[in-house]
Amino acid sequence: MALLELRDVRARYGAITALHGVSLAVDGGQVVALLGANGAGKTTTLRAVSGLVRRYGEIRFDGRSLLRAGPEGAARLGIAHVPEGRGIFDELSVWDNLRMGAYASISRREVKRESERVLGYFPWMRDRLRQQAGTLSGGEQQMLALARAMVARPRLLMLDEPSLGLAPLVVQELFRIVALLNKEEGLTVLVVEQNAELALAASHYTYVLEVGHVAVEGTSDELRAHEGVRKSYLGY
Amino acid sequence: MLAFAFAEFVQQIVSGLATGSIFASLALALVLIYRSTNVVNFAQGEMAMFTTYIAWALMDRGLSYWPAFLLTLAIAFTGGAAIERTIIRPFEQKSALAIVIVTIGLLIALNGAAGWIWGAEVKAFDSPFPNTTWDVGGVAISSQDVGTFCVCLATVALLWAFFNLTPLGLAMRASAINPTTSRLVGVRVGWMLALGWGLAAVLGAIAGMMAAPTVFLDPNMMLVILIYAFAAAVLGGIDSPIGAVVGGLSLGVLLNLIGRYVDFIGPELRLPTALLVLLGVLMIRPQGLFGHAVVRRV
Amino acid sequence: MRYVALALRLALLAAVVGLIALLPRYASEFRLSQFTFVAAYFIALAGLNILTGFSGQISLGHFAFVGIGAYTAALLMLGRPGLETYGLDPPGWLPLGDGMRGVFTIPFAGLVAGAFGYAFGLPAQRLAGVSLALATFAFAVSLPLVAKRFEDVTGGGGGLALPLPSTPFGWDISTRHWLYYEAWVAAGVIALIAWLLLRGRAGRALAALRDGEIAAVSAGVNPTAYKTFAFGVSAAFAGVAGALFAIEVAYVNPDTFPLSQSILMLASLVLGGMGSLYGVLMGALIMQFLPVYAQTPPLLPGSFSKESPAVVFGVMLIVIMFIAPDGLVGLLRRLLRPMMVRLKRHPVATEDATFGTSRRAET
Repeated sequence: MALLELRDVRARYGAITALHGVSLAVDGGQVVALLGANGAGKTTTLRAVSGLVRRYGEIRFDGRSLLRAGPEGAARLGIAHVPEGRGIFDELSVWDNLRMGAYASISRREVKRESERVLGYFPWMRDRLRQQAGTLSGGEQQMLALARAMVARPRLLMLDEPSLGLAPLVVQELFRIVALLNKEEGLTVLVVEQNAELALAASHYTYVLEVGHVAVEGTSDELRAHEGVRKSYLGY
Repeated sequence: MLAFAFAEFVQQIVSGLATGSIFASLALALVLIYRSTNVVNFAQGEMAMFTTYIAWALMDRGLSYWPAFLLTLAIAFTGGAAIERTIIRPFEQKSALAIVIVTIGLLIALNGAAGWIWGAEVKAFDSPFPNTTWDVGGVAISSQDVGTFCVCLATVALLWAFFNLTPLGLAMRASAINPTTSRLVGVRVGWMLALGWGLAAVLGAIAGMMAAPTVFLDPNMMLVILIYAFAAAVLGGIDSPIGAVVGGLSLGVLLNLIGRYVDFIGPELRLPTALLVLLGVLMIRPQGLFGHAVVRRV
Repeated sequence: MRYVALALRLALLAAVVGLIALLPRYASEFRLSQFTFVAAYFIALAGLNILTGFSGQISLGHFAFVGIGAYTAALLMLGRPGLETYGLDPPGWLPLGDGMRGVFTIPFAGLVAGAFGYAFGLPAQRLAGVSLALATFAFAVSLPLVAKRFEDVTGGGGGLALPLPSTPFGWDISTRHWLYYEAWVAAGVIALIAWLLLRGRAGRALAALRDGEIAAVSAGVNPTAYKTFAFGVSAAFAGVAGALFAIEVAYVNPDTFPLSQSILMLASLVLGGMGSLYGVLMGALIMQFLPVYAQTPPLLPGSFSKESPAVVFGVMLIVIMFIAPDGLVGLLRRLLRPMMVRLKRHPVATEDATFGTSRRAET
């Protein structure tokens, strides 16, 4: 049974329907990529899982339906969502950002231990703990957002366009860490990306969305090899 | 002669700090609500007045001061949170003007309700501080002033500790900074907002109970104080808690000094003069003394 | 068919104008004087509508400009000789003249108030949002106090009694009717000016600034110029209303321009429906009649309201905002929308059949 399962999920913003029946599954320990053009519904899919948007259909996490749980509930169940635009608390310090990551799921005593664990992946942060998060560079902020998400030992990490606005080297480093987390901690990852080449290289399985539903799916290796799919859906 | 003048000057400052601490408490309440819910709560003064009446009613029934004080704070907290959840919450997403009208409506309704329930005659309100004056090196300092200052500042200090040293306080700050991400980490942002209004109501109640012994209890007692608190909050920067406190204290002192030392400004013009000074500061520094300059990125 | 909507709009306008014109036949003297006030409120609120509704500057002190207009009219009506009978000695440089008929003071009141508004608006551009609201608030609070202080010009706290109004040129209508029509003709002129302004360049510029200031500025709209202009115009309208008050009541006094009236203005405008002139008219009706209603609300037990009209009033503000956040006129619009859509659908439907696309009709 998949860790996260979506079946015929529809979602709307007020009167506008953004998802017209998305079905996908993410198995435990996998890195799954969600690709597609602007407006295809990738971000909306993540928001549907988190409960930030009105959704209908079936959304199951570890077998249990998420439909009644809002974002707060999803967080408590072990879903960490790093939204578009990073989602950090810019006026708080780096350390306070990490502390907030632990808010729902772990006790105060564990905060220090878990933060230490996370800082192991981002050693440069140790010197910047008192720094105001808003003054970090774009890449550093994205790393902070990722670190924040990791503190509570999530079972599923959802990343929304992590490469947006970042330099290629920084993006590489980011995905290297994600891969490391996947390997060392068995972290399940669902990543939304516009940069198809990057996402295909980093993931096991890929779904391509088009106008609110899944157009193509397959293992990332298959999709990379298939020139027709690459040209029609992924633009390269 | 000079010593006399100096003593008088210090007295004005001390009593100015006492009234200023009342302004600071109410201003801090305004800033708290503004930061967490982005609402300017015009009803803050009337909420304070109403809770002060509740304290009076409790004491009238035989409760002694400090138990009544604490019970009133609890009632204020619940009332403030309830108001946010029921009346304010539906408007949080709507236009700013709608909320302005709602808080104005609340102001008018509370003012009327107080007069209706307890009558409009002026009442006396007990002070927990003895009616004594201390002589400190020739300067007469009333213990009422000292007491007021200490209570208000202790409250501010406790609030500071809450926000900066506790996880709940951190969560509240986070909710104000980035509500969406806060929800994503599991913070129930809705309750944080209610909590903010509850704490603000507590601040208001304290301001009211500290002011009442001096200005006496009547439904309109907090109207002028609200204006000054509003001015102090804007002076300090409407999104800055430190600014509210500094602004409040400065304004209290300024008012006393203007009233005492500037003669052609009669008592009627004290308020406009203070406001004029305030506006002068805002012209030079539009975001207030401690506020964040709004940098708009294109 | 496409003219149906337009015809309906014109019919509505004609109905309103007709009602206003015919009211004196059927209404008592008391009602007529109430509706004369409604005209003056309409003018003042039309100004506030431009300031807050269109240029987005929230003003908590607009009644102060009404006060300025009223005092200007009063001083002109009395003239130097009139003031001297009060024992007042105004400074020589004030161009007071010898006293004039009320109706002629109206444009002067508008100009003077407009000048004050413009002068206020210039430095006010440095402030935004809450600070601006506070500045307008400070202005409104200060004005009565300043008026009391400068007694030599304003007659201080005692105020100034003005010559009673009378029908001009020996026309054969009662004074009461004359005042009514005077006010409503002025309201009509103001409505026309407002309508033209808002349809023209200024209106579009202001709307652009309100909806997206940065984009508007990049398109070449000068925010300071337009916003200050909005202040000036809105104050001028308020001044005109003030002159009408002075004429109608034949008495000015600083205490008739308290802060609470400014707050009531803003509340009434929002409740009526900011943005459209019908909303302004509704607001004027609310401003006149809601406080009256709060005193004796027909649906509530009498004793409660007698003790506390304020509670009723405050609760009503909240309740109306719940039901109609964009004002009562906004509510009406939303309720009537399905009907309007159906009316416009006919011409649109034929076009759609040609192109074969499905489109939502826009209202």
